Amino acid sequence: MAKKEILSPLPGTFYRRPAPDQPPYKSEGDPVAVGDVVGLVEVMKSFNEVKSEVEGKLVRFLVENEDAVMAGQPLAELEG
Amino acid sequence: MAIRTLLVANRGEIALRIQRAARELGIRVVQAHSAADRDSLPVRLADAAVEIGPPPAKKSYLSIPAIVEAALRVGADAVHPGYGFLAENGEFADACEVAGLVFVGPTGDTIRAMGDKVEARRLAAEAGVPTVPGSARRIHELEEAREVLARTGLPVMIKAAAGGGGRGIRIARDAEELARLWPQARAEALAAFGDGGLYLEKRIERARHLEVQVLGDGRQVVHLFERDCSLQRRRQKLWEEAPAVRLDPVVRERLCAAAVRLAERVHYRGAGTVEFLFDEDSGEFYFLEMNTRIQVEHPVSEEITGIDLVKAMLEIAGGAPLPFRQEGVVPRGHAIEVRINAEDPGRDFAPHPGRIASLELPGGPGVRIDTALYPGYEVPPFYDSLLMKLIARGRDRAEALARLERALGELAIGGIPTTAGLHRLLVRTPEVRSWDVHTAWLEPWLESNREKLA
Repeated sequence: MAKKEILSPLPGTFYRRPAPDQPPYKSEGDPVAVGDVVGLVEVMKSFNEVKSEVEGKLVRFLVENEDAVMAGQPLAELEG
Repeated sequence: MAIRTLLVANRGEIALRIQRAARELGIRVVQAHSAADRDSLPVRLADAAVEIGPPPAKKSYLSIPAIVEAALRVGADAVHPGYGFLAENGEFADACEVAGLVFVGPTGDTIRAMGDKVEARRLAAEAGVPTVPGSARRIHELEEAREVLARTGLPVMIKAAAGGGGRGIRIARDAEELARLWPQARAEALAAFGDGGLYLEKRIERARHLEVQVLGDGRQVVHLFERDCSLQRRRQKLWEEAPAVRLDPVVRERLCAAAVRLAERVHYRGAGTVEFLFDEDSGEFYFLEMNTRIQVEHPVSEEITGIDLVKAMLEIAGGAPLPFRQEGVVPRGHAIEVRINAEDPGRDFAPHPGRIASLELPGGPGVRIDTALYPGYEVPPFYDSLLMKLIARGRDRAEALARLERALGELAIGGIPTTAGLHRLLVRTPEVRSWDVHTAWLEPWLESNREKLA
């Protein structure tokens, strides 16, 4: 099966949840469709949704919640 | 005991501003910084620097244990929090004190009292400071809100008791809208501040935002007159002036006296700002909130009074009494500050980190630049978008405006979009020149000038 990656569209801080008291957008093992939100990237206090441009099963996240990320950095690995 | 080594627990232009004040007082400066700020100007210019964590603010500039531990490790005897981050966190002030460090600011109790917007309103009313008609205490049930509405009239603002800085505000124009917005506002306040308490305030339409700079030593309080910050976008200030335009001297005196009364009521220590809404038609002003820190726009007050506020903060924190009396604060001329942010006004103010490819700064008479930028600097994506404050001073407002326009013409920041172009448009706009503005003026103006901003 082909490996695919979801890349960060922007530099900033990555969040897996819409808010600290809410469940993560996606967990490992979840199916991901094109356009699904998988997280947020905070750039200078503004929050941007990260939408998947690929579909498949989420194998694993490559960064931790609240990690600093660069534009183009792989955030998650998909297969299928 | 006078401060000998100061830890600067902030970044960017305000970190440099604090360093400059400290250096003039002969204080040794240690700059706290995240991994993203290793190459920043404040780190380069400090006597020493200490890394406090990874780039995200939560793990560095917002980490109380990391900062306190760093302060102790470098032998600091005081910590200056700047603005934002932990500047208005009572627990941080307490943690410094417990560790034997001087927190450059008010006590944790004062910060908490003013941070609770309902408590602040109560203290203001007690000090005889006019407050916006609204609820006297925090309310949880819609039924109570309806009762308050009967007294305030419409429209009404729903605010979070633990909020501030314009966050989490909703406006209800009728009782039905109040009922609809109430549960949303509660849920949001709970999520954002961990406190679902709300309060209501009558919405004053077409009001100007005035604020009074105060300085206290824990016993006495003086004021440094007022600022007018009515040009705002989404309740974020973009342009600030001192003194306020067309303010009747009698109203000015009442306004400043009210701010001093409130600050005295809480035995205020350090620099603070009491914010008011001002209804120009009636000449009435109403208490909004008190900010218990140095503010971004403090330079305009410094420019008209000749007083170095940050230096005064450090002297007071070191145990000195107020370095001057009220009679010693004499305003002269007019000053205007504009905020140059790393935002693209042509794309709905989208923030835009990146490399400063080139930088040409204005100079000459009456021009002050507060910034930590340098050519080649990489603006990180993790923090506030403020890049620079351009302050123009003149013997009157006309001269300040002319100098501002001239200085904006000399300024050139290459590499990333900024709000400089917006200010070049604003400085030539008739309503800005005549100051026929209020806090809700800028947004519709931006909407109707979209093409010019692109």
